[in-house]
Amino acid sequence: MTSNTTTHPETEIVADDTVPAVRMTREFNAPVSSVFRAHTDPALYARWIGPHELTTTIGEWDCRTGGEWSYSSTDADGNAYDFFGSFHEVRPNELVVQTFTYAGFPDGVSLERLTFQDLGSGRCRIVAVSLLDSFESRDMMIASGMEIGIKEGYEKLDDLLAAEDSTD
Amino acid sequence: MGLPAEDGLSRVFAALADPTRRDIVVRLATADATVNELAEPYDVSLQAVSKHLKVLEDAGLVTRSRDAQRRPAHLEAEVFDLMKKWIERYQRQAEARYVRLDQLLTELDEEDTPSTGNEGATT
Repeated sequence: MTSNTTTHPETEIVADDTVPAVRMTREFNAPVSSVFRAHTDPALYARWIGPHELTTTIGEWDCRTGGEWSYSSTDADGNAYDFFGSFHEVRPNELVVQTFTYAGFPDGVSLERLTFQDLGSGRCRIVAVSLLDSFESRDMMIASGMEIGIKEGYEKLDDLLAAEDSTD
Repeated sequence: MGLPAEDGLSRVFAALADPTRRDIVVRLATADATVNELAEPYDVSLQAVSKHLKVLEDAGLVTRSRDAQRRPAHLEAEVFDLMKKWIERYQRQAEARYVRLDQLLTELDEEDTPSTGNEGATT
């Protein structure tokens, strides 16, 4: 009963039109218990969450209702990007609900709902929904990708806006 | 340090946060239009539509020709190409993260499998 076909072999991103949310769907050729563990065990989480160029260090990690979490990603130049939030619901191999804040923008917070689905044959699917407080924040999150590598995008827009200003 | 055009970007997203302005953008994507034309479907004054257009103009999303008296508004598609690229990059970053998770899961699987055991050619 093995099948190599996947509905979501690559991460699928959907930006909702009606609520300021982003939905990510991804399938794994691994049991749901392992994928759940990789999201809730801090030592494992630190091994995959940050980009290769960044070193991720876990601060707090109390993975239960009301528990807090934090981690810091540091680049080669020593710039640190800090993230924190709290766990609201943790149901083994099924669900993690948590809040997420980038410390560089402390007024912003997103509500993260991560569901795990057992697909059988040692495979699973996760659906991660991030709900933000406005479409503006949601689009900002998409545009920034939260971290690095965005400079050229901003610069291009900068040029465009500067060109607009100069015509006034 | 910092993001060079954060203010510009904020203006773009603030401009698009309003449903009427998003609707105007969608309509301008089809064709240029004057304030009068844009105001038609809405139950609002020409002045209100002009105000919305001004916000879109300030954000660099819309330009208006200066010569013609009717001054049709024009959508700057380049900005939207940029946003499409951002979404693609966001997708690539997420995928790269999950590819790292794939690798970790493979490693975990190898750690869990006894070195003497061979479960056969399951993939």
